[in-house]
Amino acid sequence: MKRGKGMKFVGDSRVTADKQKFIPKDYSEYPGRTEPFWPNFLLKEWLVGAVFLVGFLCLTVAHPAPLEKIADPTDTAYLPLPDWYFLFLYQLLKYKFASGSFFVLGAIVIPGLAFGALFLAPFLDKGKERRPHKRPIATSLMLLSFIAVFWLTYEAASHVNWEEKAANNKPEWPSEVEIDTSHPGYAAYENSCLQCHGGELEGGPAAPTLIGVEYTAEEIMDIAVNGINSMPADQFQGTEEELQQLAEFIVTVNEEN
Amino acid sequence: MLQKMYDWIDERVDITPLWRDIADHEVPEHVNPAHHFSAFVYCFGGLTFFVTVIQILSGMFLTMYYVPDIENAWRSVYYLQTQVQAGQIVRGMHHWGASVVIVMLFLHTLRVFFQGAYKKPRELNWMVGVLIFFVMLALGLTGYLLPWDNKAYFATVVTLQIAEQVPFIGEMAKTLLNGDPSIVGAQTLARFFAIHVFFLPAALFVLMAVHFIMIRKQGISGPL
Repeated sequence: MKRGKGMKFVGDSRVTADKQKFIPKDYSEYPGRTEPFWPNFLLKEWLVGAVFLVGFLCLTVAHPAPLEKIADPTDTAYLPLPDWYFLFLYQLLKYKFASGSFFVLGAIVIPGLAFGALFLAPFLDKGKERRPHKRPIATSLMLLSFIAVFWLTYEAASHVNWEEKAANNKPEWPSEVEIDTSHPGYAAYENSCLQCHGGELEGGPAAPTLIGVEYTAEEIMDIAVNGINSMPADQFQGTEEELQQLAEFIVTVNEEN
Repeated sequence: MLQKMYDWIDERVDITPLWRDIADHEVPEHVNPAHHFSAFVYCFGGLTFFVTVIQILSGMFLTMYYVPDIENAWRSVYYLQTQVQAGQIVRGMHHWGASVVIVMLFLHTLRVFFQGAYKKPRELNWMVGVLIFFVMLALGLTGYLLPWDNKAYFATVVTLQIAEQVPFIGEMAKTLLNGDPSIVGAQTLARFFAIHVFFLPAALFVLMAVHFIMIRKQGISGPL
């Protein structure tokens, strides 16, 4: 192939003057004012890009990317949701006609047909006409799918309390406290406290965590016997010596961290 | 100076035809928003590319801090989000860019569809474009797991359950993605990381190259 300077081009630079094989309509045949891509049009594209970038950066500053709690496979209450652009598929798979024994229909046949038709659109819509209203079948099918996807996404999203979900899953640095279960006070803890305060002293629905408390051993002994705030009295069951060990245990855990 | 450098290189490797292919062409009136404001619909493709570039760059910076293992993934993201200078912005760009790129791709697809721009001779380019769409969705799916928070973990568990129920190939597909027939854990994160950072971007680059070469070769479709 002849290359380099002195080569004659027609409109689109790939189309040489003496080559007649496949030629899309030359731009000079289009009516109106053409403009060179370099540098005139590219400058305008840069401007559009810059405005777009400013808007985009405003979005990222105004809404920091969300991060939830570290993954906890034992969290059975968690409502799993995909990213928003998969919500329509997620919603589709909830309907009776698309789940259970019809799973294949909902997960493969319907999306397969839709995306297959999208992929093969040029071969399904073969007419010469390009205007949307001159090819009503293609246009209406696309509009229908658009409405369906939009509606499914809305249905899936509107049933979720997003604020509550975010509030329940605030990111917290996971506790890295090592619980010394061989400590003599741990047995007393297991007997009297573990049920509410948890196996790792992490707390629970009825009781706060015991990590990070700043009580002295005497205060802890007092609380264990007499209660505090919503904690009732007489939670501790055991001997005086065990009570002493229990208080030491909790103090040790907090001193180490 | 620049001209001299250009000439020096051009003399040796003949880059002028390359330059012509990339930049030396006319932009017809009907796609130029300066002449017809409604022609802004032709910006969607370019903006998709722009956001893709943002994704590539911000993603490259994210991997400087991100650690793809289940012990440290979440902690590294948390550290990036709260401690690292501009970490929140870079992660924000990658997070929101993932959504914006889907929106832009969607708008671009609708523009091409309703204008019938996929008709002969541009059928192939339409198909390549739809493949790019799928690759982008897959990038979104695999990237969702990487922060290893509750949202990521449970969404992936559900995705894998869906994959598993596919007849015949379901079990295999799940094991391939998961790294294990049942446990969603360290292997899964490593696989999703590899897919998200190496496999899919490689496919994306090839498809985008083909997409753009075909656009330059065929030119933009004419006015309606």
